[in-house]
Amino acid sequence: MSVRIRVERRLTQPVWIEAFIPLFSIVMALVTGSIFLAVLGAPPLQAYNAMFRASMGDWLGIRDTLVKAIPLMTAGVGVTLAFKMSVWNIGATGQIIIGALATTAAVRYVYVDNRFVMFWLMFLAAVLAGGGWAAMAGYLKARWNVNEIITTLMLNYIALQLLYYFVYGPWRDPASLGFPMTTPFPPAARLPFLGTGRIHLGLIIALVLGVIFWLVFRFTRWGYEIRVMGESPRTARFAGMDYVKNVVLVMFLSGAIAGIAGMGEVAGLTGRLQHGFTAEYGYTAIIVAWLARLHPLTVILVAFLIGALHVGGEVLQIVMRLPLASTQMLQGLILFFILGGEFFRRYRIRFHTGEKE
Amino acid sequence: MDVVITILAAAVRSGTPILYATLGEIITEKSGILNLGLEGLMLMGALTGFSVSQLSGSPWLGIACAFIVGAGISLIHAFLSITLRANQVVSGLALTIFGTGASSFFGQRFVGTTIPGLGRVPVPGLSDIPILGRVLFNHDLLVYISYGLVAFLYWFLVSTRTGLNLRAVGDTPRAADAMGLSVSRYRYIAVLVGGGIVAVGGAYLSVAYTRMWTELMTAGRGWIAVALVIFAIWHPARAAMGAYLFGGVVAFQLRLQAAGTSIPVPLLMMLPYLLTIAVLVFITIRQGKGILFGAPGSLGQPYFREEG
Repeated sequence: MSVRIRVERRLTQPVWIEAFIPLFSIVMALVTGSIFLAVLGAPPLQAYNAMFRASMGDWLGIRDTLVKAIPLMTAGVGVTLAFKMSVWNIGATGQIIIGALATTAAVRYVYVDNRFVMFWLMFLAAVLAGGGWAAMAGYLKARWNVNEIITTLMLNYIALQLLYYFVYGPWRDPASLGFPMTTPFPPAARLPFLGTGRIHLGLIIALVLGVIFWLVFRFTRWGYEIRVMGESPRTARFAGMDYVKNVVLVMFLSGAIAGIAGMGEVAGLTGRLQHGFTAEYGYTAIIVAWLARLHPLTVILVAFLIGALHVGGEVLQIVMRLPLASTQMLQGLILFFILGGEFFRRYRIRFHTGEKE
Repeated sequence: MDVVITILAAAVRSGTPILYATLGEIITEKSGILNLGLEGLMLMGALTGFSVSQLSGSPWLGIACAFIVGAGISLIHAFLSITLRANQVVSGLALTIFGTGASSFFGQRFVGTTIPGLGRVPVPGLSDIPILGRVLFNHDLLVYISYGLVAFLYWFLVSTRTGLNLRAVGDTPRAADAMGLSVSRYRYIAVLVGGGIVAVGGAYLSVAYTRMWTELMTAGRGWIAVALVIFAIWHPARAAMGAYLFGGVVAFQLRLQAAGTSIPVPLLMMLPYLLTIAVLVFITIRQGKGILFGAPGSLGQPYFREEG
């Protein structure tokens, strides 16, 4: 008697597996992560407990998590849009930076002492700059099929250097005692805070964007076409869909949304542009989009969870003196397990016993 | 003249880590697997090379361990993309994110320390050749090994049975399978060996080039290498050309910085990245479809036999 293992494509996907795979992935990532924590001499359970308590234990924690989640939600929606079309926009980081630079430029050069007008000026600047930055890579792909993964990535590094140029150079606040940062934005150039914490208008913008793009993909012809172009470019071509035009458009929108995330960070959260202004969110947004299986509403939820991971990582740094990079390492692990889990969504393994049939 | 020679010699040194990474990725991609985890692999290689060198006192043990760690982490990518048929783009990104995070996580205690590192070993005779000697033959051993690797890889891909098989697996896995080759085995080995070589490139940075460990010290070199594979049309000799071109730009802008130019440093630092985009656009527009070299036919696509 012999046992044979066969891998078969699933014809239908059971409902339980949809929820099980992400949860299982996160648990497995935490289990693996605990080994790494133990290597550095940190008791894993205590560490995870501290992370959970700080990020979701009470309203203060949830508030911190929401603040962290705002750029992740926003940029996550932007990345989702591009990924739907199988356009690999890895450049959210750069687009966030450019959006923040444009916002700052608007405040410096076209300042209007009116909150409403100023909001739309900053918004427009962030959208055009972030979108234009990404559309460059989109155009190169559309026109000559230049690999967008590499161009968007290189643009990240270039954007980072641009940021350094401005905060160390022409935009440095003379009163900052040498710290690389601009002068604080005037009140009219700040996004309103919601309630008492640091949660700002960016949260509403993120939610609205999530809903808009959910509706677009669910109900519009354009959204449908983007999905077809992503899943089967050949079919799309035969159906007469304009791939070239849409690559540029999708990259523009994707970058514009990331630009809005950048605006939220400087005009909402910090109120000035500074060196430490982190755009690592751009890479995390990719994880968020993939964990959410490119569903704009799920992005919102996943961004919250990953935001909690970020808050937790900061607490580990402060309380247990662990490197902040523990967050990033855990994210990488989660993504590994999610990718592995995909296999069990699409295939099932069967054990056959007995003679060869 | 002296300045030019110095810059050219520096170009070779600063191009070497990129060269290793590019050669490693060429091996991987020739099997049909795309590995975008280079940045993470290089960082893990840099940390492993540095930490083992420091703890053991032997830079060569550090470099060997970097190879092993690089191959080990690449195993994750191999398993996900070959056995579990996962999306290779996302799996590679996961590798980069994980490697970046893990190297910073474990590297914290090494920040700010230094090691003696690899010493310079002029090649007797060859290093006395005017100009060329100082540019090419007045470096550490790892540089010379990279010259050998370029030649070896070219010979391997063109003239050996195994090299031919590897290309077949990357171009038309179905036909290779029908010929009786194990597609999975070739791909696993290529991803592991390739990943190991990429990590050696990272180790070169910390063990021979800077001789210290800094978080995120690769600064995008892994991604530049991904672009260089396309520039090189998967040809080892062209990979060397590309890597030294980039090394030259880095050396040149460092030289300008040291000379105290009025151009702001961040604008100089942009040069390698701008050049990457320019080169990529240029090469994509006029890419010839070589038979021997060129993009493997089924790069990035999982292969499996439909059973039953």
